[in-house]
Amino acid sequence: MAHLQESAVRKISEICDRYKNERTPLIMILSDIQNEYGYIPLEVQEIVSAKTGISVAEIYGVVTFYSFFSLKPNGKYVIGCCLGTACYVKGAQQIIDKFSEMLGIKPGETTDDGMFTIDALRCIGACASAPAVTINGKIYAHMSVDRVAGIIDEYRKLGGAE
Amino acid sequence: MMIKTREELEAKIQKCTAELNSKFDGSDGKRYIMLCGGTGCIASNTMGIMERFEALIAEHGLGDKVGVRKVGCFGMCSQGPFVRIYPEDTLYRLVKVEDVEEIFNSDILNGKIVDRLLYEDPETGKKIAKQDEIPFYKKQKRVALHGCGVINPESLDEALGCGGYQGLLNALKMDPADVVQLILDSGLRGRGGGGFPTGRKWKFAYDQKSDQKYVVCNGDEGDPGAFMDRSVLEDNPLAVIEGMVIAGYAIGASEGYFYVRAEYPTAVMRLRNAIKLAEETGLLGDNILGSGFSFRANVRLGAGAFVCGEETALLNSIQGQRGMPRPRPPFPAVKGLWDKPTIVNNVETLATVPYILREGLDKFIQYGTEKSKGTKVFALGGKVKNVGLVEIPMGTTLRELIYDIGGGIPNGKKFKAIQTGGPSGGCLTEEYLDEPIDFDNLVAKGSMMGSGGAIVMDEDNCMVDVAKFYMEFICDESCGKCTPCRIGTKRMLEILTKITEGKATMKDLDTLEELGKACKSNSLCALGQTSANPIISTITHFKDEYIAHIVDKKCPAKVCKSLIKYTIDPDKCRKCSLCAKHCPVGAITGEVKKTPFEIDSAKCIKCGSCIAYCKSGAITKE
Repeated sequence: MAHLQESAVRKISEICDRYKNERTPLIMILSDIQNEYGYIPLEVQEIVSAKTGISVAEIYGVVTFYSFFSLKPNGKYVIGCCLGTACYVKGAQQIIDKFSEMLGIKPGETTDDGMFTIDALRCIGACASAPAVTINGKIYAHMSVDRVAGIIDEYRKLGGAE
Repeated sequence: MMIKTREELEAKIQKCTAELNSKFDGSDGKRYIMLCGGTGCIASNTMGIMERFEALIAEHGLGDKVGVRKVGCFGMCSQGPFVRIYPEDTLYRLVKVEDVEEIFNSDILNGKIVDRLLYEDPETGKKIAKQDEIPFYKKQKRVALHGCGVINPESLDEALGCGGYQGLLNALKMDPADVVQLILDSGLRGRGGGGFPTGRKWKFAYDQKSDQKYVVCNGDEGDPGAFMDRSVLEDNPLAVIEGMVIAGYAIGASEGYFYVRAEYPTAVMRLRNAIKLAEETGLLGDNILGSGFSFRANVRLGAGAFVCGEETALLNSIQGQRGMPRPRPPFPAVKGLWDKPTIVNNVETLATVPYILREGLDKFIQYGTEKSKGTKVFALGGKVKNVGLVEIPMGTTLRELIYDIGGGIPNGKKFKAIQTGGPSGGCLTEEYLDEPIDFDNLVAKGSMMGSGGAIVMDEDNCMVDVAKFYMEFICDESCGKCTPCRIGTKRMLEILTKITEGKATMKDLDTLEELGKACKSNSLCALGQTSANPIISTITHFKDEYIAHIVDKKCPAKVCKSLIKYTIDPDKCRKCSLCAKHCPVGAITGEVKKTPFEIDSAKCIKCGSCIAYCKSGAITKE
């Protein structure tokens, strides 16, 4: 726990306290931590364990079960490639392959410079825009392989990772 | 303001109904510009359009003559963003911010319709000004989607003005046992996919003696390519809450949980807002409408696990555990959430309940087939012209869904199959197009209703690849608790991968079928039991495609990378070098303006970049 800042410890305790009156709130607590920090490393799980009395083993089991929770931080820009069926039948696999190839990472991984994470998404419901890609919430509709390089450049120009 | 009695609610409903009607029929002396606020339209800048209209209205000082309303999804997503003008009921489609001024000057100021922005019937070329006359809408019937695309989903008054809470009013006048009986008589079946009779679930839970019972709403819509539940929660959340309260009254529960995917932030926000509105007015909480019946609703979010759509896995997830299914029996109706009697109903099912209570049994059962009553919402997607959200009476044929409503296959391509039921479902081909859609008939024909995903595929889709896509999904989402599903899906995926790489033998096909049967009979929950359905149905209908991959080492649809080859036709090549510049692996060589370019197959990774960039159509896949 050594390298966690005191303010982070306080914040995590506060998140745990938010759900004191809820029955079995573990997933609610973890969701809030994930939203706040972008990941839930082991040190944080230990604090949650101390606050809630749930064993670290059980918390780790839950964190690794759900895809929404992550043990490692994401990149500054999360490239979410929709691989829902409607996008898939319109060529979404080629789009995500192209991002992977250009960034040199697999889906679920983050570039070494901390700029990009590629995420394979299951249907974002923008089926009329298939194939669709979202980058930090912005939707790129009717994607094509030849637009990938331009989009990556656009974000590179926007600035590096913090 | 609190609504304390049934009489107060009745009076309020009357007032709200008149108010809402005046926004459509012009009786309040104003004209209204109604905008679609669905995800598809928002992605295409509905908010920009709205701001522009508001600015123009302010500029012309027409604030008391013209109103702007943003409502839920209109359904026909491929034609959005939409603008609908009342009381004339004129629908403009594919509207851009640049078009707003013309609509304002022509229609709003001078009452003249802007022809170029009207929907055009692709068959006849005729312009259609009214939504209800567009073929896409003609065969639809909105029951679960009642109010969606009509009301502002953040307003209780508009929900009340559109039939909201009349169902609960009627339910509270009945004995709980009679409410259960009504749902049994209605023949309503679970809209989440399984089709289990809702009334029977309710009856089981009603019969249990317990100090505490729960109603759980399953909003963990995980089928990729399906967004029915999201739309209902986003566009009319109070209808779902009303359905939950009615269910609670019927079975004797005082508490309910909504379990919604975290991937649906707008739905969660609107649902929470609706719960707050209902609590503030006493439509949730203690002694609802003075009936002595109390009910509270809570929201829990999923965290990205498909298996949590399975009801017992969902209950474990609410309990803060890994979302793994429980062995049954005991069924949730006996031992569910925190071991108390619990019913788990899907969003669309609960949204249908108020309709049955409000409109009565006869009105509901006039739609549908003998054993599948009412309507079903589908998210129609893939290779179909009119992508969108549709609700059709059960018994509508697949052909009507794909061609009359969906408008057929775009780009002059040939229809190949329609996939329903997502990763648990199957594909149906041309010869089944005249089959009516209902729970039992789709199963009999080798597919299933599922939760409502309907993906159309054309000749460019490889069915082996589609089967592999679903198996990758299932393999990834298998929770790992039971061996047949954990290992069986992995082995099936490996064989499918071998087939798409041209490395399989015909014996592998037999192994695949054998594994499928083992998963079906031995898995703990429906995820594993149905995991082989996409394989079995594609082998049944497209065996020749499997054989082409295995024996001829060819992918007829030219999708599977290992089995295709890219070549440049030297006669068509303009020697411009664009393809070589964009080839990520340097597999293309040639000299600008001198020699035609060539692809080195050994280096080529088949990414398709070259085809995307070639302007002379010289590159082909074979």
